[in-house]
Amino acid sequence: MELVNAYTKKRSSFGRQPLFCEQGPALCDSVPSDPAAQRGYVLRNPVHQPVQHGPRTSAHTVNTARAEYTTTGSNHAEGGWPKDVNVLDPEATQRYRRKIEKDENYIHCAMSLSPGMDHYVMQNNAIDMYQTYYTELAAQPPLERCSVRTVNVYRDPLAGGGGGGGGRPVSSVAWTPDGAGFAVAYAAMDAHLAPRAPLDAFVWDAESAARPAQTLRPPATLLDLQCSPRDVHVLAGGLASGQVAVWDRRRGAAPAGASPPHAAHRELVRGVLFVNSKSGREFFSGGPDGVCKWWDMRDLSAPTDEMIVDVVHSSFEAQSRARALGVSVLEYEPTIPTRFMVGTENGLVVGGNRKGKTPTEKLPAQFEAHFGPVRSLERNPSFLKNFLTVGDWTVRVFSEDCRESAVLWSPPQRRRVTAAAWSPTRLSLLLALQADGRLAAWDLLRRQHEPALAVRVSVEPLLRIKMHDGGALAACGSGAGHVYMVELAQSLVQSDKNDKALLTAVLERESRRERVLEARARELRLKLRQAEEGSAAASEEPPDERALADAAAEYAALVRRELAAL
Amino acid sequence: MATEVEETIKRIQAHKGVMGVVIVNHEGIPIKSSLDNATSVLYAGLIGQLTEKARNVVREMDSTNELSFLRVRSRRHEILIAPDREFILIVIQNTSD
Repeated sequence: MELVNAYTKKRSSFGRQPLFCEQGPALCDSVPSDPAAQRGYVLRNPVHQPVQHGPRTSAHTVNTARAEYTTTGSNHAEGGWPKDVNVLDPEATQRYRRKIEKDENYIHCAMSLSPGMDHYVMQNNAIDMYQTYYTELAAQPPLERCSVRTVNVYRDPLAGGGGGGGGRPVSSVAWTPDGAGFAVAYAAMDAHLAPRAPLDAFVWDAESAARPAQTLRPPATLLDLQCSPRDVHVLAGGLASGQVAVWDRRRGAAPAGASPPHAAHRELVRGVLFVNSKSGREFFSGGPDGVCKWWDMRDLSAPTDEMIVDVVHSSFEAQSRARALGVSVLEYEPTIPTRFMVGTENGLVVGGNRKGKTPTEKLPAQFEAHFGPVRSLERNPSFLKNFLTVGDWTVRVFSEDCRESAVLWSPPQRRRVTAAAWSPTRLSLLLALQADGRLAAWDLLRRQHEPALAVRVSVEPLLRIKMHDGGALAACGSGAGHVYMVELAQSLVQSDKNDKALLTAVLERESRRERVLEARARELRLKLRQAEEGSAAASEEPPDERALADAAAEYAALVRRELAAL
Repeated sequence: MATEVEETIKRIQAHKGVMGVVIVNHEGIPIKSSLDNATSVLYAGLIGQLTEKARNVVREMDSTNELSFLRVRSRRHEILIAPDREFILIVIQNTSD
C-alpha cells in the first residue's frame, strides 16, 4: 500500500513574490535602568568561576552473541554405536555387525588388507627381526694389511765430498746390542781400492737423524763394522788394507788397536763377526784371500787361529792358499759355538767347523748357491738348520740336510738382490733389498713366488740391511750413503700361534722334495755310469720291456673290471 | 563374498603365533573379533587413537605420503595394524618362540 500523499499546487497560485522595501528603525520599547534595584545586590569580589574544557568522549559497549560452553568428560565404554542400537542387547549388536559385514566396502577393505597382514605375520614367523645377529660367531681376525714405511733417513754428512758425484756407499750397518743406535761404515773406493772420500764411520743414535752420535776414524777404508754383543762401547772393523781394528767408543775416534799388516789378510777384509767366547772379545774375519782368521781383541798382533777356505774331498790333499775360495760374507750363530758358515765369491756356501782336525772335518759342507758372490748369508733364528743366501738375482733358502740344491728359492728378480735378513720376531719373514732401491718383504707362509710386499725405499740402490732385535725396525744402507730406517706393519712383525708349525711343515716338505730329487738324480747318475761301463747293456732292455708289458696288461684288466662293476 | 572374508580371516588366524584378529570400523566398533568383547573393545578404542595419531604423523612429515602399516612390538607379543580409510585390521601375534 502506498503511503504517499501527493498534493499539487500550480505555480501561478503561489502568489506574488514578496517585494521588500526599506523602512527605517522603529523603536518598539525602551526600558530604562533602575538604580534603586542596584542596592539589592552586592558586588562579589573576587568571583570564583571554574571553567573547564576537556576532550569529549563517549563510551559505547558492544558484545557478541554469547555461546554457552560446558566441560564434561565422556566415558567410552563401548564404541560409537548408532543411537538406535541398544548396546547391552547382544542380538541387536550382532545384527548391526552382520549388516556391516554385508557391506561391499567392508568386504573390499578386508580383502585388500589381508595379503599385507599375511606377509608380515609370516615374516614374523620366519625370522626374529630384532635379535642381535651373529653373537654366536667368533670375531674374525681383521684383514691383514702389510705396509712398510720409512721412519727416518740418516744422511751421510760427508756425502758429496769426493769424486764422481753421489755419496759414499754404505758398506755395513750394525745395531748396538742395546738397540738404541747403530754403527754405519762407508766405503767409497775406486778400482785400485784407493779411497775416494773421507774415511769416517759413524755411530748414529736412532733417535736423532740430524747428526751422528760419534765419529770413528779408521786408518783405511772400513769395509765391515760390527758391535760387540756384550759390550756397548766396543766395535770391531775390517779394513781395505787387510787389517782388522778395534774401537772403544769411550776412547775416541782412533782405533784402540789394529792388527799389524803382516799378520793380517793379504787382501781387503770383507767381513768381521764376533764369536761366542767367555770374554766377549773374540771375533773372526774373512776376505777375498780365502783365509778366515780368528782374533782376540786384547792382543791383535797375531790371529789366534786361521783356516783356509779350500774344500778338499779327501784327507790326503792339503789345503792350499792358491786354490782357496775368496770369502765374501761370514755367518756365525752364537748358539752353535764352534760352527760357522762362509759365503764365497764364486757362489758357494761352505760350512765350517772350528773344532775339526782334518781338512774334511774343518769344512764339512758345501752348497752351490749362486752364480756370483754370495752377498748375504744368515740362519733363520728359529730354524737353525735353514739359512738364506742372497746372490745374483735370487734369494735362496737352504737346509743343511740337502746339499744338492736350495730348498726354496725366489724367481729371478729384475734387478740384483743385494742383501737380505731374516726377521727376528716373525719366523717366516725375510727382507730382501734390490739394486733399484726396493725393499721386498718375503713371507714364506703367504706367497713363495713373489714378495708379500715390495716397496721402493730409495732412488739409489740399497746395499745393506740389518734388522733391529724387536723385529719392527730395519736399517737399510744405500749407495748414496743414506741409511733408511723402515718400520714394518704389525702384521709383518708378529708371528701367529701356529706359524712355527706351518713353517716347519713347509720347510720339511721342501726338503723332502729335494731329498727325493737328490736320490733320483743319484740313481740316474748311477745308471748312466753303469751304461757307460757297457756291462749287460743289452740284457737290461728286455726285462724292462717285459715289465712294461706286464704292467700294461694288469692295468687294462683292472680298468675292464672297474667298468664292468659300474 | 562374505565367506571369502571369513576364510581369509580364518587363514590369518591359523598362522603360527597368532593370538587374535580384530576388525574395527572407524567409529570404534569391533566388527569381527576372535577375542572376547571386553578385550576387543579395549583394542578398538586404543588402537583407533594410535592409528589416527600415526596417520597424522606421516601426513605432517610429507603430505604426499600416507600410513600403510603399523607394528607395535612389545616384550610378549606384537600388534600388527593395517589401517584403511574406514576399517582397521588388527592382528596380535606372539613373537617369542
